[in-house]
Amino acid sequence: MPKFKSILITSLLVTLTGLTVFALEQKLMSIQVKKGTVRSQPSFLGKVVAELNYGDQVAVQNVKGPWYFIDRPGGSPDGWMHSSALSTKKIVLKPGASDVDKAASSDELTLAGKGFNQQVENDFKSKNPNVDFTWINKMEKMDVSQNQIQNFVEEGKLSPQGAQ
Amino acid sequence: MKRSNRREFLSQAFKYGLWSLGATPMISAILSGCEMLDNIAESGPTIELGDYTIDTKAIAKKGQSVSKTFEDFTPEQEYYIGRTVGARVLQKYPPYDNPRANQYLNVMGQMLAQASDCPETFGGYHFLIQDSDEINALAAPGGFIFVTRGILRCCPNEDAVAAVLAHEIGHVQYKHGLQSIKQSRITSALTSLAIDSAKEYGDADLAKLTETFEESISDISQKLIVNGYSRSFEYQADVSAISITKRAGYNPYGLVDMLNQMKIQLKPDRQDFAKTHPSPDSRLAEIQAYIGKNSVVTSPPTRQSRFKAALGSI
Repeated sequence: MPKFKSILITSLLVTLTGLTVFALEQKLMSIQVKKGTVRSQPSFLGKVVAELNYGDQVAVQNVKGPWYFIDRPGGSPDGWMHSSALSTKKIVLKPGASDVDKAASSDELTLAGKGFNQQVENDFKSKNPNVDFTWINKMEKMDVSQNQIQNFVEEGKLSPQGAQ
Repeated sequence: MKRSNRREFLSQAFKYGLWSLGATPMISAILSGCEMLDNIAESGPTIELGDYTIDTKAIAKKGQSVSKTFEDFTPEQEYYIGRTVGARVLQKYPPYDNPRANQYLNVMGQMLAQASDCPETFGGYHFLIQDSDEINALAAPGGFIFVTRGILRCCPNEDAVAAVLAHEIGHVQYKHGLQSIKQSRITSALTSLAIDSAKEYGDADLAKLTETFEESISDISQKLIVNGYSRSFEYQADVSAISITKRAGYNPYGLVDMLNQMKIQLKPDRQDFAKTHPSPDSRLAEIQAYIGKNSVVTSPPTRQSRFKAALGSI
């Protein structure tokens, strides 16, 4: 009997330790795109339940192929995001001196707005006035909604399997 | 570890409940280990950036990996590179201002991007027709994709247009553009991240960074417009085109239709595409192993009629 008790206690301890570590070690990821879309289903056909910003951190709770079920701690509803919108690195939006120092010696941090950025593009434009960005800006404004894509698929009798 | 392998590993980890057993720190260590880059040499060179001189040896002494490759450009930086490369590409061929045709291409392109391995980029995918008889299609980093009227005339059906767009999405997905940037510029651009904590770069740093930016844009533009990618990059993009079009529900033989038409239309005096791409015949031979059994593209009437309506008079 005492042996059984000790096995029981040990098992409980192991389980509790596991659960505690799980709670503490949820994998955090960061939105690495301008606009991160959270959906109700692991598919682009899933309804959009939230939109997250560049640099926002989320906790990954489940994985289904390339889709991650994420939770925004204390934030908007949970849902699915495509993994290509997520980075394992923490993205620092307004990096200070200590972040710059950390980033120099670590692969864990990304500094937003550093390196090739809007300021560099503006400087490039002032030095190369013959390079015209008008149509690049127009291209970015050519928005396509998920409804349009869905109608396009149905009208063309396509049967997409979605991202794998 | 490649992105897909990492994803598979994570998926398996969840499946077998590894995380709930408290194995997360271990998994995390393995995953970050996969992303580690080669350590720089102990006696690294110094890099001069404006008023600053960076001793890479000193950085190496911090005991971490700081060697930089094209993969270290953030999606945000890739986006800025792509915008300017796109503007350069538009200097070669002007835009074709036809809202209906461009809209058709953008809806199709977004649908195809969603079927790719990299559906989300920092600023998203965008497609534009260029007003040129030359047969050409180009992708700037981050998802700015250009196709000429000339290449669209090689497409007898929508499935063939989809193959052209999917091939370019393949180039974006594999970051072929960024891989054209010379290593010295990558080192200079990415090491500069360590020098300044102010919100904006000072004049000297900015001038140096813009110079590196211009050189990087020039490396990519030169590769896209003048020299062309290696054959292996082109074949890799063709394999992507087959995989993406299949997933999207198209007949992958749209690519074969397009290449056969291109063979007929490529003229000796229009050397641009022929100079920058392997011949249609060698591409046709190369894709045989991936494309599956022979098939004839038969677009449903609704698909063919919208294709004619949008691009019939291209």
